[in-house]
Amino acid sequence: MRQLLLLDWVLITALGWLAIGLVGVSFPRRLTLISRVLFPLGAIFGLVLALLALSGMVAGTQVRILPLGLPDLPFHVRLDALSGFFLFLLGATAAGISIYTAGYFRKGEGTAPGLQCLLYHIFLTSMAFVMLADDGYAFMVAWETMALSSFFLVTSEHRHAEIRRAGYLYLLVAHIGAVGILLSFGVMAGSAGDYTFDAMRDFSILGFWPTIAFLLALFGFGAKAGLLPLHIWLPEAHPAAPSPVSAMMSGVMLKTAIYGMLRVSFDLLHAQLWWWGILLLLIGLATALFGVIFSAIQTDMKRLLAYSSIENIGLIFVGFGLTLVFKSFLLPHLAALALTATLYHCLNHAFFKSLLFLCTGSVLHATGERNLGKLGGLIHRMPWVTWLALVGVLASAGLPPLNGFVSEWLLLQSFLFTSGLPQGYLNMLLPVVAAAIALIAALAGFAMVKFFGVVFLGQPREEKLSQAHDAGRLERIGLLWLAAGCILLGLFPNVVIALLDPVTRLLVGSGLRDAASSHGWWLLAPISEDRASYSPAIFFGSIALFTPLAYWAVRRYYHGRLKRVPAWDCGFPLQTSRMQDTAEGFGQPIRRIFSPFFKRTREHPSPFDTQPRYRSVVEDPLWYWLYLPIARIVDYGTRLIAFLQQGRIAIYLLYSFVTLLALLVVTRG
Amino acid sequence: MNFYALFAQLLELAIALILAPILTGWVNQCRAWLQNRSAPPLLQTYYTLSKLFHKDVLLAHNASTLFRAAPYIIFSCMALASSIVPTLSTDLIFSPAADAIALVGLFALARVFIALAGMDVGTAFGSLGARREMFIGFLAEPALLMVFFTASLISQSTSLSTIVETLAHNEIAIYPSLAFAGVAFSMVSLAENARVPIDNPTTHLELTMVHEAMILEYSGRHLALIEWAACLKLFAYSCIGIALFFPFGIPEASDPASLLIAAAILVFKLAIGGFVLALIETLSAKMRIFRAPEFLGTAFLLAVLAMLVHLLLEAGR
Repeated sequence: MRQLLLLDWVLITALGWLAIGLVGVSFPRRLTLISRVLFPLGAIFGLVLALLALSGMVAGTQVRILPLGLPDLPFHVRLDALSGFFLFLLGATAAGISIYTAGYFRKGEGTAPGLQCLLYHIFLTSMAFVMLADDGYAFMVAWETMALSSFFLVTSEHRHAEIRRAGYLYLLVAHIGAVGILLSFGVMAGSAGDYTFDAMRDFSILGFWPTIAFLLALFGFGAKAGLLPLHIWLPEAHPAAPSPVSAMMSGVMLKTAIYGMLRVSFDLLHAQLWWWGILLLLIGLATALFGVIFSAIQTDMKRLLAYSSIENIGLIFVGFGLTLVFKSFLLPHLAALALTATLYHCLNHAFFKSLLFLCTGSVLHATGERNLGKLGGLIHRMPWVTWLALVGVLASAGLPPLNGFVSEWLLLQSFLFTSGLPQGYLNMLLPVVAAAIALIAALAGFAMVKFFGVVFLGQPREEKLSQAHDAGRLERIGLLWLAAGCILLGLFPNVVIALLDPVTRLLVGSGLRDAASSHGWWLLAPISEDRASYSPAIFFGSIALFTPLAYWAVRRYYHGRLKRVPAWDCGFPLQTSRMQDTAEGFGQPIRRIFSPFFKRTREHPSPFDTQPRYRSVVEDPLWYWLYLPIARIVDYGTRLIAFLQQGRIAIYLLYSFVTLLALLVVTRG
Repeated sequence: MNFYALFAQLLELAIALILAPILTGWVNQCRAWLQNRSAPPLLQTYYTLSKLFHKDVLLAHNASTLFRAAPYIIFSCMALASSIVPTLSTDLIFSPAADAIALVGLFALARVFIALAGMDVGTAFGSLGARREMFIGFLAEPALLMVFFTASLISQSTSLSTIVETLAHNEIAIYPSLAFAGVAFSMVSLAENARVPIDNPTTHLELTMVHEAMILEYSGRHLALIEWAACLKLFAYSCIGIALFFPFGIPEASDPASLLIAAAILVFKLAIGGFVLALIETLSAKMRIFRAPEFLGTAFLLAVLAMLVHLLLEAGR
C-alpha cells in the first residue's frame, strides 16, 4: 500500500466535509443533530485542515491524480505553498464560522437545516478543491460547484422576491466571470496542448497571447472578487444571504479569486509585463476608493460591510499590482515585500470581515433589524457581541495594534520603495498612490465608527431593542476564535511573515523571513531596523500598561466617586433617541464631499405640505451608465433572435434541413 | 537594552506629562495678550486639572463601560505618542516600537475611541461631534502621512529617530520640499488639535463645536484625563513639528548632561512654537465646517507637492 501523503490527508479532510453534508441531508429536520454534532464536527475538520495546510506550506510540492471525473479526464490535484496558504485561510476561518453556525440555526427559517448543512459543506469542499486543482478541468468543476452551492445558500430564504433577485444577479455575474476564466485556460491550454497546469507551466506562450490570457483571467477572477465594475453583485448578495454564509463568502470565497489570479499570473504565465501591474494597481485603487465611499453612506449594516469588502479587495489588488511591477523590474526582494503585504491582508480580511458579518448575524437574530437607523444601544443588551465586534471594527479600520494595521503598514512601506523604480514617471507617480491608500484607510475608519457607533452605542432607536439578547454559547466561541485571530495576527507579525516566506519564494523568488526574524519576535523590521520598524508587542504592552496605571493612580491619589445623572447635552431639556445621528446623518459629510460618485434622487417637501416627507436615495451610478445599457442591448438582441422562434414544426424542420445542408457543404469543402 | 536609552525615555515621558499642560497654558496666555485681554496664569491648566480630579464624576444613565474606559485609553495613547517622538534624544527605547506610520495609526486609534465615546451616551451633540471629528480626521490623516512620506523619502527611512538624525546631523542641506511639507504639517496640526480655523477650543456654541461636542458628557476625573490627553496631543504635534523641521539641538552623544541642554533647547523651541500658534489663532477666523475640506485639501496637495518636489529636484543628490 502506498504511503499516505500530506496531500491525501488534506483531500480526506475536504471530503470529510462532504460526508458531513451528506449525513445532514439524510436527516433534514433533525435540528439538534445538525447543530450540535455536524457543524461542530465541521469546525474540527476546519482546524485539522488549517494545521495540515500549515505543514503543507513547508513540505514542498505534492501531486496526485484522482480517479474522479470523466474516464479520459482524471482530476489532477497538487499541494504547494500557495495552495497551502489559502487552504490554511479556508480552514482557520471555516473553523470559526462553522462553530458559530452551530449556534445560529433556528427552527423554521428558510430552507430545511439538513439541506443547508449539505450546501454549506459542499461549498467548503468545493473551495478546498479550487485551491487544490491542478488542471483546468478540475478547477472549473470545483469553481462552478462553489458558485452554485453558494447561490443556493444565498437564496435560502427564497420566499422574498428581492432575495431571489439578488441571487439571480449573483449567479449571472458568477457565470459571466466563469466564461472569462475558461477562455483564459483555453488560451493557455491551446498553446500548451494540454489542459493540466503542469503543461501550461512548462510551455511558455508567445506574442500577445499571455496578455490575452492575463486579461481574460482578470475579467473572470475580477468578477468573483468584486473588482470595479463587476462589483455589482456583492452588495446585493451579501445582505441576502444568511450571516454565516455572508461571512464565508466575504471572508473566504472572495479570496479564491485572489488565489486564482495569483496562480495564473505568477505560476502559469512565465513573464510578467509591468503594465499588467499598473493596470491591476489602478483598478484596485478605483475599487478600494469606490468601495469605501459607498460603505460610508450605507444604511443597511450588511451592505455597509459588503462595500467594505469591496474596499479591501481593492487594497489587495493594489498590493498585487505592485508585486507585479516589482517582479517585472526584477526586484524580487521588493516584490516579496509587496506580496507579503497582499497575502497578509487576505488573511486579515478573512478574519475581521467574517467576525463582523457574524456579529451582524447575532444582531439580526436578536433584533430582527438590518437597518442601522433602527438599531442602537446594543452594548447594554449584547455585551459579548459588542466587545468582539469592537475588535473587528478596530482591525477593519486599520488601527494598531490589531492585524489590519500590519498589512496596511507593509503595503505603505512597499510604496515607499517605488521611488527607486527604473521606469521614468512610474517612480514619480506611484508614491502618490500611497496618498490615496492613506485616504482609503482613513475613510475606512469613518465607515467603521459609523457602523459600530450607530449599531452598538447610543440609545436604542426602537422600543423592541430592549428585548434583545446576547449571542448563545456556541456563537460566542465562533466569534471569540475569529477575534483572537485578529489580535494574534496583529501582535505576532513575524510569525506570519515567516509562514508566508515559502509562498513568496515560490511566486517571486524571494522571502522576508531572514530580515523579519533577525530582530527578535517582538520587532517587525522587514527591510532593516534603520529603515522602518514597528513593534505591536511594545505598542499593545504600553497601552495595556499605561491604561490601568492611570486608572490606579487616579483612584489612589483622588477618589472613585461617581453619580448617575441624566445626560447633560448642553442643558437641552428634551432628549429623545430620535435626536441621535442616524446612519444617513452620519454619512452626510461623505455624501456632500464625494457627491460626483453618487447618483442621488431627492424629494423635498414643499413648505405647504401638511404631511411633509423627505426622501433621499443614493444609488450606484454604474447601474445607469453600464449595466442598464448592457441589459437593454442584450434584451434587444434576444428580441431579434426571437424572430427565429416561429412556433411551427415545419419551420423548425426546415432549420434542421438547412443546417444539415450547410454542414455537408462545409465538410465537403 | 541600554540604560541611557531607558533614562532618556523616562525623562522624555516625564517632561511630556509635566510640560504639556504648561504648553497649553502658555498658548492661552499668549493668545490673551495678543487679544488685549488679561491673561490667566501659566499654570492655569494645572489648576483646572486638579479641580476636575477632585470633583465627583456625573455619569449619564445610558453611559456604558466603553464610555468610562475611553478616557484612560486615550490618555495612554497620547502618553505613548509623546514618548515615541524623539525630542531629547534619538536613542530611545520606544523609538523602534513605532515609526511615523505607526504614530499616525496611534493618533487614529485615540480619535476612534474618543468618537465612539462621544456616540455612547446617545445625545444629539455627541454624535454630531463624533461625525465631525471623524470627518476632519479622514481629511487630515492622508495629509499628515504625506508629510511623513516626504521626510522619509529624504532620509530613506520611516523611523522617526533615523529621520531626525539624518536631518539634524548628517548633512547641512536645504530641502525646498520640507518648506512645503512644513506648511502642510502646520495646517494639519491646527485641524488635529481642534484649533482655529477648524475648531474653537473655547466655544460651547452648538453650531461650531467639534471636539467639545464629543466630550460634553464627560465630567470629573474623566474630563481631566481627556483634557490632559488633549494637552499631550498638542505637545506631541509640536514636538513632531520641531523634530521634522527644526531638529537642530538634539544631542548626538549619549551622555546625561547633553540631555539637560536638549531639554532647555526644547523648552525654548516650544515657547516660540506656542507663540506662533497663538498668533495664527488670533489672526484667523473660524471656518464653517464645510470649508474644512478645502483647507485640508490644500494641506494634502501641499504635502503631495512636497513629495513631488523632492522626487524631481532632490532625489538625484
